[in-house]
Amino acid sequence: THQTLHTIHGLPAMAQLTLSSLAEHHEALAEYKEGIGKFIGMPELLLYCSLHDPVSPCPAGYVTNKSVSVWGLGGRVEMTASKFMAIQQALQPDWFQCLSDGEVNCEEATSIKRARKSVDRSLLFLDNCLRLQEESEVLRRSAIIGVIEGGDVMEERLRSARETAKRPVGGFLLDGFQGNPATQETRLHLLSSVTAELPEDKPRLICGVSRPDEVLECIERGVDLFESFFPYQVTERGCALTFSFDYQPNPEETLLQQNGIQEEIKYVDQTKKIKTTSCNQEMTSFEINLKEKKYQEDFDPLVRGCSCYCCKNHTRAYIHHLLVTNELLAGVLLMMHNFEHYFGFFHSIREALKSDRLAQLKELIRRQAS
Amino acid sequence: MAATVSPTSLESAPRIMRLVAECSRSRARAGELRLPHGPVATPVFMPVGTQATMKGITAEQLDALGCRICLGNTYHLGLRPGPELIQKAHGLHGFMNWPHNLLTDSGGFQMVSLVSLSEVTEEGVRFRSPYDGDETLLSPEKSVEIQNALGSDIIMQLDDVVSSTVTGPRVEEAMYRSIRWLDRCIAAHQRPDKQNLFAIIQGGLDADLRTTCLEEMTKRDVPGFAIGGLSGGESKGQFWRMVALSTSRLPKDKPRYLMGVGYATDLVVCVALGCDMFDCVFPTRTARFGSALVPTGNLQLKKKQYEKDFRPIDNDCACPTCQKHSRAFLHALLHSDNTAALHHLTVHNIAYQLQLMSAVRASIVEKRFPDFVRDFMGTMYGDPTLCPTWATEALASVGITLS
Repeated sequence: THQTLHTIHGLPAMAQLTLSSLAEHHEALAEYKEGIGKFIGMPELLLYCSLHDPVSPCPAGYVTNKSVSVWGLGGRVEMTASKFMAIQQALQPDWFQCLSDGEVNCEEATSIKRARKSVDRSLLFLDNCLRLQEESEVLRRSAIIGVIEGGDVMEERLRSARETAKRPVGGFLLDGFQGNPATQETRLHLLSSVTAELPEDKPRLICGVSRPDEVLECIERGVDLFESFFPYQVTERGCALTFSFDYQPNPEETLLQQNGIQEEIKYVDQTKKIKTTSCNQEMTSFEINLKEKKYQEDFDPLVRGCSCYCCKNHTRAYIHHLLVTNELLAGVLLMMHNFEHYFGFFHSIREALKSDRLAQLKELIRRQAS
Repeated sequence: MAATVSPTSLESAPRIMRLVAECSRSRARAGELRLPHGPVATPVFMPVGTQATMKGITAEQLDALGCRICLGNTYHLGLRPGPELIQKAHGLHGFMNWPHNLLTDSGGFQMVSLVSLSEVTEEGVRFRSPYDGDETLLSPEKSVEIQNALGSDIIMQLDDVVSSTVTGPRVEEAMYRSIRWLDRCIAAHQRPDKQNLFAIIQGGLDADLRTTCLEEMTKRDVPGFAIGGLSGGESKGQFWRMVALSTSRLPKDKPRYLMGVGYATDLVVCVALGCDMFDCVFPTRTARFGSALVPTGNLQLKKKQYEKDFRPIDNDCACPTCQKHSRAFLHALLHSDNTAALHHLTVHNIAYQLQLMSAVRASIVEKRFPDFVRDFMGTMYGDPTLCPTWATEALASVGITLS
């Protein structure tokens, strides 16, 4: 709730909403007139509206030349550019991702033809939406984020970047750079090439990338904003983030931490096979699984020194109990910790960048990645 | 109903209740409980946090709502995580990090709620665990032992509970056994200076049995009494008569805890009948079904009529949910896969119950309780005369008329 959200230190000034969860409430919001921020009781936050929820993949086959679909709880919502802009008019977010064809990314192998289509369609949607924005005073208060498409095809990616950059967008969303690690290197290379084409003074967002190690690689290649679904997924599997991002600790701390990390890594190797329930993702080495029996009598906080509400007030043993008994509070407390830990990580990234120590932070994270 | 004289209590029992005001018409009282983890104003509604947690809301949120005492459950906690672990965690207070008071039930009610998994003998209750099939025997001694480990401020005797719809010799057996078990609990209690053991009056819906139980149990040296075996499936007519009978024979200077009550109307009526403490899962449970409690009843927020209702649940409610959110928002949230709506409603419903009790108390202290009752019934039922018959009768029996 709002109460518990605001106990989190380091809460970013901007939150993400997804059209897939909101499109169905379009009518009620239009009647409300005052925009989604106020409706959800968070008028003080900046809001960015993406098309999809990073945690729920989009079924493929529903983008046409004229429309894009999102999937809400009630089913599919198909949107043409005008319907899309009407919804955004009701939502009034500060930024929103433009209607785009991201489906090329859902497929295994991208043909050049499909990649080209994704770029063409997205540019057409963008131009249509920009035109509609011109006609509405309300919509002009929001910034449209242009979407860079093109699959794995360098030529198309560059074209998408250059063309989108010509339009009066507020920023850029780099779509389709998430995915399986096999193609990681190619994708990272594409990413560098794309950001090189984008203006320095506009923000670059990326979707589908949230793990600490992947985040750092994208930051090195010019990305500024990320989705925070990783801490959410960690929470859903009953885990707590414990990785260290303290790249300049005092020597005593380093020793303690290293010993701690060694232990965790040893244990994780044995337990990586643990099946996770609601999340299809496997547990990473950035976290501990509070359901494990060894935490039953562990009266330490989740992370020693963490200033979050959960660590200041509760123990691993208590969280373990809540998980075992299927209590709702488990998720609440874990989410509070995981968010705070994750935002703390980002704070350390910003500090490292300012003092030119990113390499050290990267090394620290790399050591902890599985 | 003739006024009856309450028996004087024994000298040596700790007096944890201080009476602040009494209604001159009805039996309503306002008071203050002095408990190890701080004072508690009465009448009081105690939310139920069965497994060392208040269903999705943090200790901080609960504290901010003004809650100063809530419940934990011995049967559940005895199984998971177990008394040894809780003791290592510095008691239930330490384990859940709750700075205020805790009351633990003995596990007796589970005999009814889990009747298919239990078997009662003179020794105690034998339960088959739903988790691993293991059998546990919950005796009066064992229940007190677990509660001693939990460290709650008020502990309940293990009573032989029968459903209020049961009739015949079983009721009598249970009543006499409860007395014997009370004595065994008193004998087994290791920490009378830190934890207050309450007796539980049984006797079902039989006035004679209940009277006998009252006579016997009030001879025992306990800091407080609970009225048990009610708020099951019995008719409201029988319910209120048993409550009234019980309060007429319980000492005035000790708290009366009516277990398992409840709905707003029941709370108000039973305060009039002389009860001080209440507990019920209703407000927290109904929140998880999308129902918000209001002075006129409840709002089923999942329903379409709330889709564009931009008002808060209750304009006069001071809780965080009503301060920040609209019915329309909660409606939308209830139709998502996010559990946040349940937390918002849990916060509100607990606030509603606590605010109701505060208002009741203020009216007693300010000597206008009967007017308060009339206003309350008017708001709830549209007109005081439309109040349910049993409530009208119950109130009349203590001198409060509704028209």
